Amino acid sequence: MNETPFSAIKIGFWQRLSRNRLLLLLLSLLLFLLIWQVLVIVLNLPGFILPSPAEVGKKFIDVFRTGLLWRHFSATLGEILLGLLFGISAATLLGYALSKSPLAERLLSPFLVGSQSIPMAAVAPLLVIWFGPGLLSKVLICSLTVFFPVLVNTLVGLRDVSPDLREVMRSLRATPAQTLRHLEIPAALPVFLGGLRVGASLSVIGAIVGELVASDRGLGFLINVGRGQYDTALVFVAVICLVVLAASLYGLVLLLENKVLSWQTWRKEV
Amino acid sequence: MTLSPSEIALQVSDLEVSFVDSDGSLEVLDKISFSIARNAFVCIVGPSGGGKSTLLRAVAGLIQPKGGKVLFPGGSEGKALTGLVFQKPNLLPWRTLRDNISLPLEIDHRPDAEISSLTQEMIHLVGLEGFEKAYPHDLSGGMAQRVAIARCLVQDPEILLLDEPFGQLDALTRERMGDELLRIWNERRKTVLMVTHSISEAIFLADRVLVLTCRPARLIMDLPITLPRPRTDAMRYLPEFIEAARLLHEQLKGSNLPVC
Ligand SMILES: Nc1ncnc2c1ncn2[C@@H]1O[C@H](COP(=O)(O)OP(=O)(O)O)[C@@H](O)[C@H]1O
Ligand SMILES: [Mg+2]
Repeated sequence: MNETPFSAIKIGFWQRLSRNRLLLLLLSLLLFLLIWQVLVIVLNLPGFILPSPAEVGKKFIDVFRTGLLWRHFSATLGEILLGLLFGISAATLLGYALSKSPLAERLLSPFLVGSQSIPMAAVAPLLVIWFGPGLLSKVLICSLTVFFPVLVNTLVGLRDVSPDLREVMRSLRATPAQTLRHLEIPAALPVFLGGLRVGASLSVIGAIVGELVASDRGLGFLINVGRGQYDTALVFVAVICLVVLAASLYGLVLLLENKVLSWQTWRKEV
Repeated sequence: MTLSPSEIALQVSDLEVSFVDSDGSLEVLDKISFSIARNAFVCIVGPSGGGKSTLLRAVAGLIQPKGGKVLFPGGSEGKALTGLVFQKPNLLPWRTLRDNISLPLEIDHRPDAEISSLTQEMIHLVGLEGFEKAYPHDLSGGMAQRVAIARCLVQDPEILLLDEPFGQLDALTRERMGDELLRIWNERRKTVLMVTHSISEAIFLADRVLVLTCRPARLIMDLPITLPRPRTDAMRYLPEFIEAARLLHEQLKGSNLPVC
């Protein structure tokens, strides 16, 4: 009884490992980098085709030290945050107004559905032509990308508020503002945040597309520079920053969802 | 029996309601008239789909009637006149039990201290202490319905409108809730207008039972129940009780089927 079987310890280790998600993530990342490095060495690829992780890492430290990376990263971040601010505000306000006017909603809904299928990459050059290569066109592109999913989800969320609960609010003599606060916002929030989650990650793509078309700063600009100088490691650095940016935005919305929707205990169980 | 206006809590006269939609209009209430004395307990029975819920919603002011009037002759100013408990609990799923009960007070902009003391009092009244932080999806049907009743009572309305409040409960819980309702009614002295599909429940609880017909609903019977109070289970076997049940049953059968 007092001797621990070896296999038990082993199973315990693997079980503990599989439960530690952060550790697993790091491990898979490490494995990925390893395969990448080995591939570059074995295939003997030149740096401008596929730089090794080590080269990319060195590049990262270089551009970080000179402040170049932060300048362009913050430019893109600024465009995205401004775009999100305007896009989300406009979409939420218009969504609420439309939900109160079924006629206007019916008139506009074909356009709203259609707008969902407009590829932003195709519209971006137009916006740059109309509004110049500066900040404004990028903010507009971001706003538009986040605008439609948030608008549609705001509308759907508000439309699906239970009529029975609306009647409860009426029987309690609630004002429209009180109905908004106590019923409509909490009821529509899950669907709204779903739209925001999609919109926020799309807005990163929106900003980059705008920068790729024409710009003098931002991660998209950095990608253009790297491409022009066959500095593929620089392109990689910019792309990785973009991925981190998009993932952080996504994670932020997810965090918000978990916080405000904590009453939905099934969310935690999943 | 004629009442002076100050003794009347609710007066419904020639109330007509119809719903209009794309394929015509549906007449639901046909010239319904009755009045209820202050602090009386009145039950309404009638076939399903006949218009009982519609009548309560019209009295609560949720539906604009096509004709007729709903009056509250002795109503005091500035107080919640009617409180409606729906057929379903209709709780807000993102609010805890306590916050569901305090909702009407928040809407009424009461001070925080008052909100918390009144809410606590209601939780005690409906016997749900210990569940204050539970969410609606964790409550049983009976508990949820009690929360709905507490949410209505916390406004201290003069007239309680109850729409089959025990509809989804099993027979025993139902009887217990009926007893509790009588206790609350006795403690708080309210006028109650309650819809039920159970004849014996109506007789056990009420001073008067109104019988509605099938759609368009008309009032075909107004039966006083003279059993003494407090009501006890033993009264269910008195000849008076059984005679009332027989009369109501006959009227309901004559008015058509139990379903419209
Ligand atoms: N908002 C509404 N719009 C159209 N028809 C309705 C509406 N509410 C109720 N009705 C109809 O009115 C009739 C009476 O309904 P209701 O008052 O709920 O009956 P009961 O409560 O007696 O079962 C039913 O035929 C129902 O379909
Ligand atoms: Mg009903």
